[in-house]
Amino acid sequence: MKSPRLLLLVLAGLTTLLAGCTTVHPWERAALADYAMRPDRDPVHNTMMEHIYFSREASSGGRGVGGSGCGCN
Amino acid sequence: MSSPTKIITGLACALALAASAPAEVKVGQPFPQLAGFALEGALPSLEGQVVLVDFWATWCAPCKASFPAYSELARELAGRGFVLLAVSVDKTRGPYDEFLKRFAPAFPTVRDGAQKLVAEVQVPAMPTSYLIDRHGVLRSVHSGFHGADTVRSLREEIIRLLEEKP
Repeated sequence: MKSPRLLLLVLAGLTTLLAGCTTVHPWERAALADYAMRPDRDPVHNTMMEHIYFSREASSGGRGVGGSGCGCN
Repeated sequence: MSSPTKIITGLACALALAASAPAEVKVGQPFPQLAGFALEGALPSLEGQVVLVDFWATWCAPCKASFPAYSELARELAGRGFVLLAVSVDKTRGPYDEFLKRFAPAFPTVRDGAQKLVAEVQVPAMPTSYLIDRHGVLRSVHSGFHGADTVRSLREEIIRLLEEKP
């Protein structure tokens, strides 16, 4: 492959990659700061998720819940 | 110029543009003239004043914490040639109005709904306050609000600037 073509390909690749990048500036984080974005906003959902983690990953502690890992508690 | 060279030059320019961002306003440089950013609300007279420009938003928890302390600071230093100006970066007006009604700050506030000024200044965090001397030169930047520590250092710096000869 000729050198200009290779350079062309590299530049085209970089341009495509960079065009896909974006930075969320501190002043643009209104949506991210919304209460709805909190993973722990719903206590029932939390309890259910903890139960699932506890059942599936009891060997690693199940997010702080003790037990055998049967998921029957 | 041959065709591949033109394409390469074009791509290199596009790459440079994609990677570039507005430069952050640095200490020692003149702060941008606020009148040129179509801010919503009445701008106070800043000519010959020591000015603290505070960028905030209704969705920012530390900003809420800063308002009572900044109100106290504004009251304490009122009439000595100091202006505290709060610039909201809220895109919508509703939460902004509600916030002001609830907190009733003792200092003027304006809204940068188009977020042009904040993008020009390249605020590093929310909130951030910029201390500007009587000549419009940026003298210090306070990123975030750390309670009494922030207020103490701001008060000291403001008083020092007020005591400088005009």
